[in-house]
Amino acid sequence: MIRLEKVSKSYPTSTRPALDGVDVDIEKGEFVFLVGSSGSGKSTFLRLLLKEEVPSSGHVYVAGKDLSRLSSWKVPALRRSIGCVFQDFRLLPNKTVHQNVAFALEVIGKPRSTIDKVVPEVLELVGLEGKALRMPDELSGGEQQRVAVARAFVNRPMILIADEPTGNLDPNTSVGIMKLLDRINRTGTTVVMATHDAAIVDSMRRRVVELSQGKVVRDQSRGVYGYGA
Amino acid sequence: MRAQFIFSEIGIGLRRNLTMTVAVILTVTISLTLAGAGWLLHKQVDVMKDFWYDKVEVTVFLCGTTSSSPNCAGKDVTQEQRDQLGRDLNSTPQVKEVFYESKADAYKRFQEQFKDSPDLVDNVSPDALPESFRVKLKDPEKFQIVASAFQDRPGVDSVQDLKKLLDPVFQVLGVFQKIAYIVGGLMLIAAIILISNTIRTAAFSRRRETGIMRLVGASNLYIQTPFLLEGAMAGLVGGIGACGLMALGKWYIVDDQLRPLVGFTEFIGWGEVFGTMPGILLAAVLMSAGASFFTLRRHLRV
Repeated sequence: MIRLEKVSKSYPTSTRPALDGVDVDIEKGEFVFLVGSSGSGKSTFLRLLLKEEVPSSGHVYVAGKDLSRLSSWKVPALRRSIGCVFQDFRLLPNKTVHQNVAFALEVIGKPRSTIDKVVPEVLELVGLEGKALRMPDELSGGEQQRVAVARAFVNRPMILIADEPTGNLDPNTSVGIMKLLDRINRTGTTVVMATHDAAIVDSMRRRVVELSQGKVVRDQSRGVYGYGA
Repeated sequence: MRAQFIFSEIGIGLRRNLTMTVAVILTVTISLTLAGAGWLLHKQVDVMKDFWYDKVEVTVFLCGTTSSSPNCAGKDVTQEQRDQLGRDLNSTPQVKEVFYESKADAYKRFQEQFKDSPDLVDNVSPDALPESFRVKLKDPEKFQIVASAFQDRPGVDSVQDLKKLLDPVFQVLGVFQKIAYIVGGLMLIAAIILISNTIRTAAFSRRRETGIMRLVGASNLYIQTPFLLEGAMAGLVGGIGACGLMALGKWYIVDDQLRPLVGFTEFIGWGEVFGTMPGILLAAVLMSAGASFFTLRRHLRV
Protein backbone atom coordinates (compact mmCIF):
# COMPACT_ATOMS: atom_id res chain seq x y z
CA MET A 1 0.00 0.00 0.00
CA ILE A 2 2.83 2.40 0.96
CA ARG A 3 6.44 1.82 0.04
CA LEU A 4 9.43 4.09 0.50
CA GLU A 5 12.60 3.04 -1.37
CA LYS A 6 15.87 4.68 -0.28
CA VAL A 7 14.07 7.93 0.24
CA SER A 8 16.12 10.97 1.19
CA LYS A 9 14.86 14.48 1.60
CA SER A 10 16.96 17.56 2.15
CA TYR A 11 15.63 21.05 2.63
CA PRO A 12 17.69 23.85 1.13
CA THR A 13 17.87 25.67 4.47
CA SER A 14 19.28 22.76 6.43
CA THR A 15 22.61 20.99 6.20
CA ARG A 16 21.33 17.70 7.65
CA PRO A 17 18.79 15.78 5.53
CA ALA A 18 15.31 15.42 7.06
CA LEU A 19 15.12 11.87 5.77
CA ASP A 20 18.20 9.82 4.94
CA GLY A 21 17.86 6.59 2.94
CA VAL A 22 14.55 5.47 4.41
CA ASP A 23 13.15 2.06 3.37
CA VAL A 24 9.70 1.28 4.72
CA ASP A 25 7.00 -1.05 3.43
CA ILE A 26 3.47 -0.79 4.80
CA GLU A 27 0.85 -3.37 3.85
CA LYS A 28 -2.80 -2.68 3.22
CA GLY A 29 -4.77 -2.64 6.45
CA GLU A 30 -1.75 -2.19 8.72
CA PHE A 31 -1.69 0.17 11.71
CA VAL A 32 1.73 1.80 11.99
CA PHE A 33 3.07 4.15 14.66
CA LEU A 34 5.76 6.54 13.55
CA VAL A 35 7.79 7.56 16.58
CA GLY A 36 10.86 9.62 17.19
CA SER A 37 11.88 12.91 18.74
CA SER A 38 11.02 16.26 17.22
CA GLY A 39 12.96 16.84 14.02
CA SER A 40 13.47 13.14 13.43
CA GLY A 41 11.62 13.33 10.09
CA LYS A 42 8.12 12.12 11.00
CA SER A 43 6.31 15.06 9.46
CA THR A 44 8.43 14.94 6.31
CA PHE A 45 7.57 11.24 6.03
CA LEU A 46 3.85 12.03 6.13
CA ARG A 47 4.12 14.99 3.75
CA LEU A 48 5.86 12.81 1.19
CA LEU A 49 2.87 10.45 1.16
CA LEU A 50 0.59 13.37 0.20
CA LYS A 51 3.07 14.68 -2.35
CA GLU A 52 3.21 17.92 -0.44
CA GLU A 53 6.94 17.37 -0.69
CA VAL A 54 8.89 15.43 -3.26
CA PRO A 55 11.91 13.34 -2.20
CA SER A 56 15.39 14.56 -3.11
CA SER A 57 16.17 10.98 -4.10
CA GLY A 58 14.46 7.60 -3.93
CA HIS A 59 10.89 6.64 -4.71
CA VAL A 60 7.61 6.83 -2.82
CA TYR A 61 4.84 4.45 -3.86
CA VAL A 62 1.27 4.89 -2.67
CA ALA A 63 -1.36 2.35 -3.79
CA GLY A 64 1.06 1.06 -6.40
CA LYS A 65 1.75 4.46 -7.95
CA ASP A 66 5.18 6.06 -8.08
CA LEU A 67 4.51 9.56 -6.77
CA SER A 68 7.51 11.04 -8.58
CA ARG A 69 5.82 10.08 -11.84
CA LEU A 70 2.42 11.36 -10.78
CA SER A 71 1.54 14.46 -12.79
CA SER A 72 0.43 17.46 -10.77
CA TRP A 73 -3.17 17.32 -11.98
CA LYS A 74 -3.48 13.81 -10.53
CA VAL A 75 -2.34 14.89 -7.07
CA PRO A 76 -5.91 15.78 -5.98
CA ALA A 77 -7.00 12.21 -6.84
CA LEU A 78 -4.14 10.89 -4.67
CA ARG A 79 -5.20 13.11 -1.77
CA ARG A 80 -8.80 11.93 -2.08
CA SER A 81 -7.57 8.43 -1.27
CA ILE A 82 -5.78 9.64 1.87
CA GLY A 83 -7.51 11.12 4.92
CA CYS A 84 -5.61 13.43 7.27
CA VAL A 85 -5.95 14.25 10.97
CA PHE A 86 -3.78 16.78 12.77
CA GLN A 87 -2.87 17.75 16.30
CA ASP A 88 -4.64 21.12 15.91
CA PHE A 89 -7.87 19.65 14.42
CA ARG A 90 -8.00 22.26 11.60
CA LEU A 91 -11.76 22.71 11.64
CA LEU A 92 -13.48 25.70 10.06
CA PRO A 93 -14.68 27.79 13.02
CA ASN A 94 -17.58 29.40 11.15
CA LYS A 95 -19.16 26.11 10.06
CA THR A 96 -21.17 23.59 12.07
CA VAL A 97 -19.98 20.04 12.68
CA HIS A 98 -22.15 18.83 9.80
CA GLN A 99 -20.91 21.58 7.48
CA ASN A 100 -17.28 20.90 8.38
CA VAL A 101 -17.60 17.26 7.39
CA ALA A 102 -19.76 18.06 4.36
CA PHE A 103 -17.17 20.61 3.19
CA ALA A 104 -14.70 17.83 2.43
CA LEU A 105 -17.22 16.27 0.07
CA GLU A 106 -18.56 19.51 -1.41
CA VAL A 107 -15.16 20.65 -2.57
CA ILE A 108 -14.52 17.43 -4.44
CA GLY A 109 -17.85 17.85 -6.21
CA LYS A 110 -19.95 15.16 -4.53
CA PRO A 111 -23.71 15.59 -5.08
CA ARG A 112 -25.86 16.94 -2.28
CA SER A 113 -27.85 13.69 -2.00
CA THR A 114 -24.69 11.68 -1.29
CA ILE A 115 -23.50 14.25 1.24
CA ASP A 116 -26.80 14.25 3.10
CA LYS A 117 -26.62 10.47 3.36
CA VAL A 118 -23.00 9.82 4.32
CA VAL A 119 -22.31 12.73 6.70
CA PRO A 120 -24.80 11.56 9.39
CA GLU A 121 -23.43 8.02 8.99
CA VAL A 122 -19.85 9.04 9.63
CA LEU A 123 -20.87 11.33 12.51
CA GLU A 124 -22.55 8.32 14.11
CA LEU A 125 -19.42 6.24 13.50
CA VAL A 126 -17.25 8.73 15.41
CA GLY A 127 -19.83 9.04 18.19
CA LEU A 128 -21.10 12.55 17.48
CA GLU A 129 -24.71 11.77 16.61
CA GLY A 130 -26.90 14.61 17.83
CA LYS A 131 -24.08 17.17 17.65
CA ALA A 132 -24.28 17.86 13.91
CA LEU A 133 -25.50 21.43 14.37
CA ARG A 134 -22.95 22.47 17.02
CA MET A 135 -20.15 24.89 16.20
CA PRO A 136 -16.57 23.67 16.78
CA ASP A 137 -15.96 26.09 19.69
CA GLU A 138 -18.93 24.57 21.54
CA LEU A 139 -17.20 21.18 21.60
CA SER A 140 -14.49 19.70 23.80
CA GLY A 141 -11.06 19.00 22.32
CA GLY A 142 -11.81 15.31 22.04
CA GLU A 143 -15.08 16.00 20.26
CA GLN A 144 -13.38 18.42 17.86
CA GLN A 145 -10.82 15.75 17.03
CA ARG A 146 -13.69 13.33 16.35
CA VAL A 147 -15.09 15.83 13.87
CA ALA A 148 -11.67 15.99 12.21
CA VAL A 149 -11.54 12.20 12.04
CA ALA A 150 -15.04 12.16 10.57
CA ARG A 151 -13.97 14.65 7.93
CA ALA A 152 -10.87 12.62 7.10
CA PHE A 153 -12.80 9.38 6.86
CA VAL A 154 -16.08 10.52 5.26
CA ASN A 155 -14.78 9.86 1.75
CA ARG A 156 -13.70 6.32 2.82
CA PRO A 157 -10.00 6.77 2.02
CA MET A 158 -7.68 3.77 1.70
CA ILE A 159 -5.16 5.41 4.00
CA LEU A 160 -5.59 7.56 7.10
CA ILE A 161 -2.67 9.73 8.14
CA ALA A 162 -2.67 11.10 11.67
CA ASP A 163 -0.01 13.57 12.76
CA GLU A 164 0.04 13.52 16.59
CA PRO A 165 -3.77 13.37 16.80
CA THR A 166 -3.69 13.07 20.61
CA GLY A 167 -1.08 15.78 21.13
CA ASN A 168 -3.61 18.30 22.45
CA LEU A 169 -5.77 15.86 24.40
CA ASP A 170 -5.74 14.49 27.92
CA PRO A 171 -4.98 10.75 28.37
CA ASN A 172 -8.59 9.61 28.80
CA THR A 173 -9.78 11.51 25.73
CA SER A 174 -6.78 10.19 23.82
CA VAL A 175 -7.85 6.62 24.53
CA GLY A 176 -11.23 7.42 23.00
CA ILE A 177 -9.62 8.77 19.84
CA MET A 178 -7.32 5.73 19.63
CA LYS A 179 -10.32 3.39 19.91
CA LEU A 180 -11.89 5.33 17.04
CA LEU A 181 -8.76 5.03 14.88
CA ASP A 182 -8.59 1.34 15.75
CA ARG A 183 -12.20 0.89 14.62
CA ILE A 184 -11.43 2.69 11.36
CA ASN A 185 -8.37 0.45 10.91
CA ARG A 186 -10.58 -2.61 11.31
CA THR A 187 -12.65 -1.52 8.30
CA GLY A 188 -9.53 -2.20 6.23
CA THR A 189 -8.12 1.32 6.20
CA THR A 190 -4.36 1.59 6.50
CA VAL A 191 -3.48 3.95 9.36
CA VAL A 192 -0.15 5.74 9.75
CA MET A 193 0.11 7.74 12.95
CA ALA A 194 2.99 9.92 14.07
CA THR A 195 3.03 10.28 17.86
CA HIS A 196 4.98 11.15 20.98
CA ASP A 197 2.52 9.40 23.25
CA ALA A 198 4.39 6.45 24.79
CA ALA A 199 1.41 5.21 26.80
CA ILE A 200 -0.71 4.87 23.68
CA VAL A 201 1.96 3.10 21.65
CA ASP A 202 2.67 0.71 24.52
CA SER A 203 -0.98 -0.12 25.06
CA MET A 204 -1.86 -0.66 21.40
CA ARG A 205 0.97 -3.06 20.60
CA ARG A 206 1.06 -2.34 16.90
CA ARG A 207 3.90 -1.99 14.44
CA VAL A 208 6.34 0.77 15.43
CA VAL A 209 8.74 2.54 13.06
CA GLU A 210 11.21 4.74 14.90
CA LEU A 211 13.02 7.52 13.12
CA SER A 212 16.10 9.26 14.42
CA GLN A 213 17.91 11.98 12.53
CA GLY A 214 16.12 10.97 9.35
CA LYS A 215 17.01 7.28 9.56
CA VAL A 216 14.88 4.28 10.46
CA VAL A 217 16.49 2.99 13.66
CA ARG A 218 13.80 0.47 14.60
CA ASP A 219 10.95 -1.26 12.82
CA GLN A 220 9.14 -3.90 14.86
CA SER A 221 5.71 -5.38 14.78
CA ARG A 222 3.76 -5.27 18.06
CA GLY A 223 6.33 -2.81 19.37
CA VAL A 224 6.53 -0.36 22.24
CA TYR A 225 7.44 3.31 22.31
CA GLY A 226 10.99 2.43 23.28
CA TYR A 227 12.47 5.20 25.41
CA GLY A 228 14.39 3.39 28.14
CA ALA A 229 13.13 0.05 26.87
CA MET B 1 -24.60 22.67 -5.68
CA ARG B 2 -21.25 23.50 -7.21
CA ALA B 3 -22.44 26.86 -8.52
CA GLN B 4 -24.11 27.69 -5.25
CA PHE B 5 -20.93 26.89 -3.35
CA ILE B 6 -18.82 29.03 -5.66
CA PHE B 7 -21.16 32.01 -5.58
CA SER B 8 -21.43 32.00 -1.81
CA GLU B 9 -17.61 31.92 -1.64
CA ILE B 10 -17.39 34.92 -4.00
CA GLY B 11 -19.90 36.87 -1.97
CA ILE B 12 -18.06 36.17 1.26
CA GLY B 13 -14.74 37.12 -0.31
CA LEU B 14 -15.93 40.40 -1.81
CA ARG B 15 -17.65 41.50 1.40
CA ARG B 16 -14.71 40.61 3.60
CA ASN B 17 -12.54 42.87 1.50
CA LEU B 18 -15.03 45.61 0.89
CA THR B 19 -12.63 48.59 0.85
CA MET B 20 -10.21 46.84 -1.47
CA THR B 21 -13.07 45.76 -3.71
CA VAL B 22 -14.32 49.34 -3.93
CA ALA B 23 -10.79 50.53 -4.80
CA VAL B 24 -10.54 47.89 -7.52
CA ILE B 25 -13.91 48.83 -8.99
CA LEU B 26 -13.08 52.54 -9.01
CA THR B 27 -9.65 52.16 -10.62
CA VAL B 28 -11.01 49.78 -13.24
CA THR B 29 -13.83 52.22 -13.95
CA ILE B 30 -11.55 55.22 -14.32
CA SER B 31 -8.86 53.49 -16.34
CA LEU B 32 -11.33 51.99 -18.78
CA THR B 33 -13.33 55.21 -19.04
CA LEU B 34 -10.16 57.01 -20.08
CA ALA B 35 -9.20 54.26 -22.50
CA GLY B 36 -12.73 54.41 -23.92
CA ALA B 37 -12.56 58.21 -24.12
CA GLY B 38 -9.31 57.95 -26.07
CA TRP B 39 -10.93 55.57 -28.48
CA LEU B 40 -13.98 57.84 -28.85
CA LEU B 41 -11.76 60.86 -29.57
CA HIS B 42 -10.20 58.81 -32.33
CA LYS B 43 -13.71 58.10 -33.64
CA GLN B 44 -14.56 61.80 -33.31
CA VAL B 45 -11.59 62.73 -35.51
CA ASP B 46 -12.78 60.18 -38.06
CA VAL B 47 -16.30 61.61 -37.99
CA MET B 48 -14.99 65.15 -38.42
CA LYS B 49 -12.73 64.13 -41.28
CA ASP B 50 -15.60 62.41 -43.03
CA PHE B 51 -17.75 65.47 -42.50
CA TRP B 52 -15.18 68.06 -43.48
CA TYR B 53 -13.15 66.42 -46.19
CA ASP B 54 -16.40 66.05 -48.03
CA LYS B 55 -16.85 69.80 -47.82
CA VAL B 56 -13.28 70.93 -48.02
CA GLU B 57 -12.92 73.70 -50.50
CA VAL B 58 -10.26 76.11 -51.52
CA THR B 59 -11.37 79.68 -51.34
CA VAL B 60 -9.85 82.15 -53.77
CA PHE B 61 -10.54 85.55 -52.21
CA LEU B 62 -10.67 88.39 -54.72
CA CYS B 63 -9.29 91.86 -54.24
CA GLY B 64 -11.42 94.53 -52.62
CA THR B 65 -10.68 97.98 -51.28
CA THR B 66 -10.10 96.52 -47.83
CA SER B 67 -7.63 93.87 -49.03
CA SER B 68 -4.21 94.04 -47.46
CA SER B 69 -2.36 91.91 -49.99
CA PRO B 70 0.21 93.82 -52.09
CA ASN B 71 -1.10 91.89 -55.09
CA CYS B 72 -4.25 94.01 -55.00
CA ALA B 73 -2.66 97.42 -54.42
CA GLY B 74 -5.86 98.57 -52.73
CA LYS B 75 -7.98 98.24 -55.87
CA ASP B 76 -11.12 96.21 -56.50
CA VAL B 77 -10.90 93.23 -58.80
CA THR B 78 -12.01 94.11 -62.33
CA GLN B 79 -14.79 92.35 -64.18
CA GLU B 80 -12.23 91.16 -66.75
CA GLN B 81 -9.95 89.64 -64.09
CA ARG B 82 -12.93 87.99 -62.44
CA ASP B 83 -14.12 86.37 -65.69
CA GLN B 84 -10.60 85.24 -66.56
CA LEU B 85 -10.08 83.63 -63.11
CA GLY B 86 -13.43 81.87 -63.35
CA ARG B 87 -12.56 80.44 -66.75
CA ASP B 88 -9.07 79.37 -65.68
CA LEU B 89 -10.30 77.69 -62.49
CA ASN B 90 -12.87 75.74 -64.45
CA SER B 91 -10.22 74.49 -66.85
CA THR B 92 -7.78 73.42 -64.11
CA PRO B 93 -7.71 69.57 -64.13
CA GLN B 94 -7.67 69.17 -60.28
CA VAL B 95 -10.83 71.22 -59.87
CA LYS B 96 -14.20 69.57 -59.55
CA GLU B 97 -16.55 72.51 -59.17
CA VAL B 98 -16.34 76.28 -58.90
CA PHE B 99 -18.90 78.55 -57.25
CA TYR B 100 -18.75 82.31 -57.33
CA GLU B 101 -19.69 84.07 -54.12
CA SER B 102 -20.42 87.78 -54.41
CA LYS B 103 -20.07 90.30 -51.56
CA ALA B 104 -23.83 90.10 -51.03
CA ASP B 105 -23.73 86.28 -50.90
CA ALA B 106 -20.85 86.40 -48.46
CA TYR B 107 -22.74 88.82 -46.22
CA LYS B 108 -25.83 86.61 -46.28
CA ARG B 109 -23.77 83.60 -45.28
CA PHE B 110 -22.08 85.61 -42.58
CA GLN B 111 -25.43 86.73 -41.19
CA GLU B 112 -26.62 83.13 -41.23
CA GLN B 113 -23.49 81.79 -39.55
CA PHE B 114 -23.45 84.36 -36.75
CA LYS B 115 -27.18 84.88 -36.29
CA ASP B 116 -26.70 84.20 -32.57
CA SER B 117 -24.34 87.19 -32.24
CA PRO B 118 -26.30 90.19 -33.56
CA ASP B 119 -23.67 92.64 -32.26
CA LEU B 120 -21.07 91.13 -34.55
CA VAL B 121 -23.43 91.18 -37.53
CA ASP B 122 -24.36 94.81 -36.90
CA ASN B 123 -20.72 95.84 -36.81
CA VAL B 124 -19.88 94.39 -40.20
CA SER B 125 -21.06 96.23 -43.27
CA PRO B 126 -22.06 94.18 -46.35
CA ASP B 127 -19.17 95.81 -48.17
CA ALA B 128 -16.47 94.59 -45.79
CA LEU B 129 -16.65 90.95 -46.81
CA PRO B 130 -14.61 89.92 -49.82
CA GLU B 131 -16.05 88.23 -52.87
CA SER B 132 -14.55 84.86 -53.71
CA PHE B 133 -14.46 81.74 -55.82
CA ARG B 134 -15.23 78.62 -53.83
CA VAL B 135 -13.41 75.76 -55.46
CA LYS B 136 -14.09 72.09 -54.83
CA LEU B 137 -11.14 69.86 -55.56
CA LYS B 138 -11.24 66.32 -56.87
CA ASP B 139 -8.65 65.43 -54.26
CA PRO B 140 -8.49 67.72 -51.18
CA GLU B 141 -4.81 66.86 -50.74
CA LYS B 142 -3.97 68.61 -54.03
CA PHE B 143 -4.58 72.03 -52.53
CA GLN B 144 -0.99 73.22 -52.98
CA ILE B 145 -1.08 72.95 -56.78
CA VAL B 146 -4.15 75.14 -57.06
CA ALA B 147 -2.92 77.60 -54.47
CA SER B 148 0.43 78.21 -56.14
CA ALA B 149 -1.17 78.54 -59.56
CA PHE B 150 -3.59 81.25 -58.49
CA GLN B 151 -2.30 83.20 -55.52
CA ASP B 152 -0.22 85.68 -57.53
CA ARG B 153 -2.71 86.17 -60.34
CA PRO B 154 -4.00 89.71 -60.79
CA GLY B 155 -7.16 90.32 -58.81
CA VAL B 156 -6.47 87.58 -56.26
CA ASP B 157 -6.16 88.63 -52.63
CA SER B 158 -5.32 85.24 -51.13
CA VAL B 159 -6.02 81.54 -51.48
CA GLN B 160 -7.19 79.75 -48.39
CA ASP B 161 -7.59 76.04 -47.73
CA LEU B 162 -10.18 74.94 -45.24
CA LYS B 163 -8.14 71.83 -44.50
CA LYS B 164 -5.34 74.06 -43.24
CA LEU B 165 -7.74 75.61 -40.77
CA LEU B 166 -8.90 72.21 -39.58
CA ASP B 167 -5.49 70.66 -39.02
CA PRO B 168 -4.84 72.45 -35.68
CA VAL B 169 -8.21 71.18 -34.45
CA PHE B 170 -7.25 67.64 -35.33
CA GLN B 171 -3.89 68.15 -33.65
CA VAL B 172 -5.52 69.31 -30.43
CA LEU B 173 -7.87 66.34 -30.49
CA GLY B 174 -4.86 64.10 -31.11
CA VAL B 175 -3.13 65.48 -28.03
CA PHE B 176 -6.25 64.89 -25.91
CA GLN B 177 -6.40 61.38 -27.25
CA LYS B 178 -2.77 60.68 -26.29
CA ILE B 179 -3.31 62.11 -22.81
CA ALA B 180 -6.39 59.94 -22.34
CA TYR B 181 -4.47 56.84 -23.43
CA ILE B 182 -1.45 57.58 -21.23
CA VAL B 183 -3.44 58.39 -18.09
CA GLY B 184 -5.77 55.48 -18.82
CA GLY B 185 -2.77 53.18 -19.22
CA LEU B 186 -1.25 54.29 -15.90
CA MET B 187 -4.57 53.78 -14.15
CA LEU B 188 -4.77 50.37 -15.75
CA ILE B 189 -1.45 49.41 -14.19
CA ALA B 190 -2.71 50.68 -10.83
CA ALA B 191 -5.89 48.66 -11.30
CA ILE B 192 -3.95 45.48 -12.06
CA ILE B 193 -1.73 45.92 -9.01
CA LEU B 194 -4.79 46.54 -6.83
CA ILE B 195 -6.55 43.46 -8.16
CA SER B 196 -3.46 41.40 -7.53
CA ASN B 197 -3.27 42.70 -3.96
CA THR B 198 -6.94 42.12 -3.32
CA ILE B 199 -6.77 38.54 -4.51
CA ARG B 200 -3.65 37.95 -2.45
CA THR B 201 -5.39 39.24 0.65
CA ALA B 202 -8.42 37.12 -0.14
CA ALA B 203 -6.27 34.01 -0.61
CA PHE B 204 -4.50 34.74 2.66
CA SER B 205 -7.68 35.30 4.65
CA ARG B 206 -9.06 32.02 3.37
CA ARG B 207 -5.89 29.96 3.72
CA ARG B 208 -7.56 27.74 6.33
CA GLU B 209 -10.30 26.77 3.87
CA THR B 210 -7.98 26.37 0.91
CA GLY B 211 -5.57 24.33 3.06
CA ILE B 212 -8.33 21.88 3.91
CA MET B 213 -9.51 21.84 0.30
CA ARG B 214 -6.02 20.86 -0.79
CA LEU B 215 -5.81 18.12 1.82
CA VAL B 216 -9.09 16.49 0.94
CA GLY B 217 -8.16 16.53 -2.73
CA ALA B 218 -10.13 19.39 -4.27
CA SER B 219 -8.88 20.17 -7.75
CA ASN B 220 -6.90 23.33 -8.46
CA LEU B 221 -9.74 24.59 -10.57
CA TYR B 222 -12.18 24.13 -7.73
CA ILE B 223 -9.92 25.94 -5.28
CA GLN B 224 -9.03 28.80 -7.60
CA THR B 225 -12.31 29.45 -9.40
CA PRO B 226 -13.93 31.43 -6.55
CA PHE B 227 -10.90 33.74 -6.44
CA LEU B 228 -10.79 34.12 -10.21
CA LEU B 229 -14.49 34.89 -10.36
CA GLU B 230 -14.09 37.28 -7.45
CA GLY B 231 -11.55 39.25 -9.46
CA ALA B 232 -13.57 39.00 -12.65
CA MET B 233 -16.71 40.12 -10.85
CA ALA B 234 -15.05 43.24 -9.43
CA GLY B 235 -13.63 43.93 -12.89
CA LEU B 236 -17.01 43.49 -14.53
CA VAL B 237 -18.64 45.95 -12.13
CA GLY B 238 -15.82 48.39 -12.90
CA GLY B 239 -16.36 47.84 -16.63
CA ILE B 240 -20.07 48.50 -16.29
CA GLY B 241 -19.17 51.68 -14.41
CA ALA B 242 -16.88 52.72 -17.26
CA CYS B 243 -19.66 52.11 -19.81
CA GLY B 244 -22.01 54.19 -17.67
CA LEU B 245 -19.52 57.05 -17.40
CA MET B 246 -18.95 57.02 -21.14
CA ALA B 247 -22.66 57.14 -21.86
CA LEU B 248 -22.97 59.97 -19.34
CA GLY B 249 -20.07 61.78 -20.99
CA LYS B 250 -21.62 61.41 -24.45
CA TRP B 251 -24.98 62.62 -23.16
CA TYR B 252 -23.75 65.51 -21.00
CA ILE B 253 -20.46 66.73 -22.51
CA VAL B 254 -21.08 66.04 -26.19
CA ASP B 255 -24.83 66.40 -26.63
CA ASP B 256 -25.68 68.83 -23.86
CA GLN B 257 -22.64 71.12 -23.77
CA LEU B 258 -20.57 70.88 -26.96
CA ARG B 259 -23.22 70.45 -29.62
CA PRO B 260 -25.06 73.76 -28.97
CA LEU B 261 -21.72 75.53 -28.54
CA VAL B 262 -19.87 74.25 -31.57
CA GLY B 263 -22.22 74.34 -34.53
CA PHE B 264 -19.78 73.78 -37.34
CA THR B 265 -19.12 70.10 -37.07
CA GLU B 266 -20.65 66.67 -36.67
CA PHE B 267 -20.21 64.71 -33.43
CA ILE B 268 -19.96 61.00 -32.66
CA GLY B 269 -23.32 59.33 -32.28
CA TRP B 270 -24.59 56.68 -29.88
CA GLY B 271 -23.50 54.02 -32.35
CA GLU B 272 -19.83 54.74 -31.72
CA VAL B 273 -20.35 54.84 -27.94
CA PHE B 274 -22.25 51.54 -27.82
CA GLY B 275 -19.69 50.05 -30.20
CA THR B 276 -16.89 50.45 -27.63
CA MET B 277 -18.86 48.95 -24.74
CA PRO B 278 -18.45 45.22 -25.48
CA GLY B 279 -14.72 45.77 -25.84
CA ILE B 280 -14.56 47.64 -22.54
CA LEU B 281 -16.52 44.97 -20.67
CA LEU B 282 -14.37 42.22 -22.18
CA ALA B 283 -11.17 44.10 -21.31
CA ALA B 284 -12.42 44.62 -17.74
CA VAL B 285 -13.16 40.94 -17.18
CA LEU B 286 -10.07 39.58 -18.93
CA MET B 287 -7.72 41.99 -17.20
CA SER B 288 -9.04 41.26 -13.71
CA ALA B 289 -9.33 37.51 -14.23
CA GLY B 290 -5.82 37.51 -15.72
CA ALA B 291 -4.36 39.50 -12.83
CA SER B 292 -6.09 37.16 -10.37
CA PHE B 293 -4.83 34.09 -12.21
CA PHE B 294 -1.19 35.13 -12.09
CA THR B 295 -1.50 36.20 -8.46
CA LEU B 296 -2.96 32.81 -7.52
CA ARG B 297 -0.19 30.95 -9.29
CA ARG B 298 2.27 32.76 -7.08
CA HIS B 299 0.41 32.88 -3.78
CA LEU B 300 -1.95 29.93 -3.61
CA ARG B 301 0.22 26.86 -3.46
CA VAL B 302 -1.67 23.81 -4.62
